[in-house]
Amino acid sequence: MANQNIIAFLVEDKPGVLFNISNMFRRRGFNINSISVGGAEDHVSRITITIEAEGRALNQVVEQLDKMVDVIEVKRLDQLRTVVRELMLVKLRTVDPMAREEALIHINSYHGLILDIEPESVIAEVTGEPEKLDNFLEQVKSIGVEEMSRTGITALERGRLKLKRSE
Amino acid sequence: MVEMNGSQALWTSLKKEGTKHIFGLPGGSVIPLCDEMLNHDLRFILARHEQGAAHMADGYARASGNVGVCLATSGPGATNLVTGIASANIDSSPVVAICGQVARELIGTDAFQEVDIIGVSASVTKYNIQARSAAEVPYAVKSAFHIANTGRRGAVLIDLPKDVTTEKMDVEFPETISFRGYRPVYEPDRREVEWAATLLARANKPVIIAGGGIISSGASSELVALSEYLMAPTATSLMGKGAFPADHPLSLGLCGMHGTYAANTMVPEADVLLIVGARLSDRTTGAISSFAPNAKIIHVDIDRSEIDKNVETVTRVVGDAKNSLQKILRHLNILRSNTATNEYWRKKCQELREVNGVSKTNGDYLKAPEVIKTLRRVLPRDSIVTTEVGQCQMWAALHYDAYLPRSFMTSGGLGTMGWGFPASIGAKTARPEAPVVDIAGDGSFGMTENNLATSVKEHLPVIVLILNNGMLGMVAQWQRLFYNHRYSAVKLERTPDFVKLAEAYGAEGVRVESYKDLETTLNRAIKSDVATVIDVPIDPEENVLPIVPPGMGLKDALMEA
Repeated sequence: MANQNIIAFLVEDKPGVLFNISNMFRRRGFNINSISVGGAEDHVSRITITIEAEGRALNQVVEQLDKMVDVIEVKRLDQLRTVVRELMLVKLRTVDPMAREEALIHINSYHGLILDIEPESVIAEVTGEPEKLDNFLEQVKSIGVEEMSRTGITALERGRLKLKRSE
Repeated sequence: MVEMNGSQALWTSLKKEGTKHIFGLPGGSVIPLCDEMLNHDLRFILARHEQGAAHMADGYARASGNVGVCLATSGPGATNLVTGIASANIDSSPVVAICGQVARELIGTDAFQEVDIIGVSASVTKYNIQARSAAEVPYAVKSAFHIANTGRRGAVLIDLPKDVTTEKMDVEFPETISFRGYRPVYEPDRREVEWAATLLARANKPVIIAGGGIISSGASSELVALSEYLMAPTATSLMGKGAFPADHPLSLGLCGMHGTYAANTMVPEADVLLIVGARLSDRTTGAISSFAPNAKIIHVDIDRSEIDKNVETVTRVVGDAKNSLQKILRHLNILRSNTATNEYWRKKCQELREVNGVSKTNGDYLKAPEVIKTLRRVLPRDSIVTTEVGQCQMWAALHYDAYLPRSFMTSGGLGTMGWGFPASIGAKTARPEAPVVDIAGDGSFGMTENNLATSVKEHLPVIVLILNNGMLGMVAQWQRLFYNHRYSAVKLERTPDFVKLAEAYGAEGVRVESYKDLETTLNRAIKSDVATVIDVPIDPEENVLPIVPPGMGLKDALMEA
């Protein structure tokens, strides 16, 4: 996450809004590394993106989002004051009993959950900061990763800080 | 609550917004709308191509300051509007475009004349809305006018499925509307104003660049007051032409690629540069590194995202231009009782204004700059000039002195050839008492000349002044100057006889080959009941000068070629 910046924003939960946002990113040449979207209260969705941009370029991303009619609030999150999580599902090849043994050790040491066990594979759920997920993948690479899916990060600021300005 | 169908709801809503004129062209999906229109007191101006309808609405909006409305059918009608919508939007002109759409159950089936105009127009509108029931129509119209005509103005599109226009429902008409994510800032922050005023008060060599935002917010008198208070020479962007009177002693004229010698010399020398309501495109700044290298840049804009987008500023003022300039002036008055007049700086402004670019020309042709100066002499002060795009546009920008806001209109951001003529018809609709002239080239005029039919039928007598060089002149100029004089794809060779063309449409056509004839013809045309097309042959090799070669700085302009 070294030169990754996090921007969180609230949008109207209605048709076409996600299209308009991704269309704006494409048109302005903003390159998004991850995006996660979920419903919040009151017909609002919360979107979290990570982007490799700094200074004026980063500022432009925030301003162009803020300018959109259906974007309600935008904020660049200070990583020192933000809790960041990403969820990953990994399917590991475990035909060899030794491999299965090794997989379970890694999953345990990363506080992962085992969601499915088949004769030839296991599916693990690992949650944490993106670096932790990267490290886990590095550890289990030699065992054999069949497939994996990451959600992109979601984030909340600590303490009194919040995205929504008080009315 | 009243029961009515979507068409009734649409026209009733438009009337409530004060709409009196609609520019458009019908088709299958808007037949119910057009039928219902007969029951409402609205003037429909029939264009001959939807692009023209959108430009007319744009010209109407720029001339009047009110929202311009255009209408097209679904599919090709809607896509034909797109160039017009994009031209209006990038120049912050308030236009509402109403498009027919196939019936709701057919959407997504690739039905006849179905186009996803919401998707297509997303990148070229400020906002767009599909009304999914008759009851949503008044909200769609209210939203469209609110968004188009507040904050930084722009184009909004409404998509109306055919069965929405025929279904009857209980509808209500909202008095106001608000969006959680859309709250334009009109009042500038006090600290921003104070800091801007402090920097201006300390300036020795201040320069102002005024953009279209001055015209949008009606801030011309505040601009003149500030310019005089600071003794700051004032340039304009292309969109800002008319914001500052061209005959004011502190006027520098146009800044940018085809800027005046005065503007392009003084902007880079400024120690404090105040930019108001301009978005500083590449055509205005030239190479950024030499734009204003020693200046502390202050940027005032209602659109926060424009600040620091292209040029790095020292301080910003986010707010409406009129409010912001008033507050800056008030704070300047607090800061210092009398202005330390910089006589040298003001004199320099006067001297530099005398320097013009000079193009070599051949033969006995009339010279484009002189043609435009003649036009200026003949036209009353409050006339309206629109332009096409290319050489004719840049000659007009350099040599036509605009004294008043909304008296000079051009497709600045998009540079849409064919814009000026339909826009002039829209402007004439808004201000029938004012002479309206489209300064055209033969290439541009060819793109929308069919609107002569509209001008004649609707009794909107505009004047088209064609600087006819038989070339796509600006591209030809670049090929002469930057591509070793190799002409590629620019010789028109077979353009119509514009005199006969005008006559074929029932308009007047005149070819003019002397300045005296030009004056006489213009004087007659101003009083004519039909459109007049004035064809002025000019030298195909005549260049618009100065020109800043692409990639170079403002001070690197070629003055002779």
